[in-house]
Amino acid sequence: MTAPLIQLRGISRRYGSGAAELMALDGIDLDIGAGEFVAIMGPSGSGKSTAMNILGCLDTPTAGQYLFKGAHVEALTRDQRARLRRRYLGFVFQGFNLLARTSAQENVELPLLYRGDGAAVRSAAATKALQAVGLGGWEDHTPGELSGGQQQRVAIARAIVTTPAVVLADEPTGNLDTQRSHEIMGLLMELNSAHGITVLMVTHEPDMAAYARRMVHFVDGRIARDEVNPHPVVAAPRAAAAVETT
Amino acid sequence: MLFSVFMLALRSVRRNMLRSFLTILGIVIGVSAVITMVTLGNGATQAIETQITSLGTNLLLVMPGQRGPGGPGAGSGGVPQFTESDAEAIASQIGGVAAVAPQGRASVHVVANGRNWLTTVTGSTNAWFTTGNWKLAAGRMFDPDEQAAGSAVCIIGETVRRELYGGTTGVTGLGEQLRVKQFSCEVVGILSSKGQGGMGDQDDTVVLPLYTLQRRVTGSRKVGMLSVSMEEGADSAPLKASLRQLMRERRNLSEEDDDNFNVFDTQQLAETLSGTMGVLTSLLGAVAAVSLLVGGIGIMNIMLVSVTERTREIGLRLAIGALEGEVMLQFLIEAVVLSALGGIVGVLLATGASYWLSGLMEVPYRFDPSINLLALLFSAAIGVVFGYFPARRAARLDPIEALRHE
Ligand SMILES: Nc1ncnc2c1ncn2[C@@H]1O[C@H](COP(=O)(O)OP(=O)(O)O)[C@@H](O)[C@H]1O
Ligand SMILES: [Mg+2]
Repeated sequence: MTAPLIQLRGISRRYGSGAAELMALDGIDLDIGAGEFVAIMGPSGSGKSTAMNILGCLDTPTAGQYLFKGAHVEALTRDQRARLRRRYLGFVFQGFNLLARTSAQENVELPLLYRGDGAAVRSAAATKALQAVGLGGWEDHTPGELSGGQQQRVAIARAIVTTPAVVLADEPTGNLDTQRSHEIMGLLMELNSAHGITVLMVTHEPDMAAYARRMVHFVDGRIARDEVNPHPVVAAPRAAAAVETT
Repeated sequence: MLFSVFMLALRSVRRNMLRSFLTILGIVIGVSAVITMVTLGNGATQAIETQITSLGTNLLLVMPGQRGPGGPGAGSGGVPQFTESDAEAIASQIGGVAAVAPQGRASVHVVANGRNWLTTVTGSTNAWFTTGNWKLAAGRMFDPDEQAAGSAVCIIGETVRRELYGGTTGVTGLGEQLRVKQFSCEVVGILSSKGQGGMGDQDDTVVLPLYTLQRRVTGSRKVGMLSVSMEEGADSAPLKASLRQLMRERRNLSEEDDDNFNVFDTQQLAETLSGTMGVLTSLLGAVAAVSLLVGGIGIMNIMLVSVTERTREIGLRLAIGALEGEVMLQFLIEAVVLSALGGIVGVLLATGASYWLSGLMEVPYRFDPSINLLALLFSAAIGVVFGYFPARRAARLDPIEALRHE
């Protein structure tokens, strides 16, 4: 059996020092295989975002080892981690983080720009990604002209346009109402099931976590529970998308 | 990649039109001030050089005067003037001299055709045409016997001809009578025009035989100035030295006496004057360049504001895989695009302003490509220098912190 895509060994993340010292993560061990759909859950302040930042190679642990495809991420430089991110990772944020006054098309093209792709390649890939999230025909709209749900779909298109190995989403539905949240979950589920993209998602809503096939519960910087979801939700994302655009 | 980053920078400049315009205003003013100052300074220098050259090249002017605290030429009062024999002695005793013209001058009203004109009347010999670089447009020079007798003949400059006899071109005035003070003289020649210039209108003149001036205008046989033209290729330094020695002897100056006359070298005068103008021009240019620096600080200021405003955007770019250098480059290019834009607008503005101002100041306008290029490059360099700090700050942001920024 091949090694899992992601291996965390004794990962700790300490903030501050002395009296203000805080262990946001305290010796985490976690293996995630390619193609998994994992929901990370837990109370506020339990270290979910800290773990996501380390998993997303945005942050480095203060102790422990992080192997991504067998490479020691904790030993990489800032720019090396940036190269790893643009090659293998896609991000979806709670606050969407789209460039204002910039069309959906250009927002989605952005990661390709940093990969050095030419204009024609960028344009074709971005159009395709927008179609995949049900936003065909919305290419020229700026974030200000889109609803929250549509903005998050643009963000998902931006995350998948590079055909990443892993999509990391920290509370992707945190700013959306229930209806839009289910549409977004349907999209993430489809990414995972239809395209084999590994999805790591933080949520504290059990309804959303129910889409995942595995749930990891954090408490006080440790993994309290790691369980398989025996009956993940299977929704029809296309139908849901149609509801919103009308 | 570079092209895409360039397009990103352009887009961000375009997105904030008003702010971009205000940002580059400092650079625009700085660049146009530098170019205008230098262009006008060069024009003025050129005008002065042309004027001095038109006085006659290889020319030495000998004037009475004491070397005093006021510099050469100060205080000619009480100092003996020259005589015609001084001129003859110089011509015969000093090698390398082409011509010596003894000159007297007076400011006099001249009348003809019922019109009155205040002009400078010069009395001299025919050598004056050589030393002064004058050509005749019409008529003739003075006859030897006219010179000896102090006859009532005169040669007039173009300005005097136009003012008194009218007519745009041609030879009106030739053969006519001209009243100078109490006597009437016949116009036997008309001088070719030397044109207008910063040192006054040289064509505004009437020339008489020296003796005529002495006898009928000044009433004295003294000579106010000697103009000495050197032969082509003559070395001015030894010539000036022997000229000075000769004049000291003729004016009976003892070893310890200071010179009571001055020798000006037009060549040297031209060099000194244009040297002074050059220093002035660089000084003005330098003052203007300070405003360029102020413009640069304006760009840094706005870029820092821009980095702060766009912290989340920078965080996002870093998160999705932008390298430190790429973010840095984007902001640096943005700064350079802004400042170079300011430079271009500045060059355009300066071209208009210096063309207009040189017309106003009556100095020749000459487009100077090197100063324009220099100002452009300098403004772009200002973008690099003052954009560096904000760009580095952007590139070094922590993506997690930046993404959380409100
Ligand atoms: N940059 C930071 N500096 C100091 N403490 C931090 C920082 N980021 C997170 N923490 C702390 O680490 C703990 C875990 O935070 P976080 O991972 O954001 O929790 P969660 O996402 O599960 O709500 C919290 O107590 C939080 O206050
Ligand atoms: Mg969190």
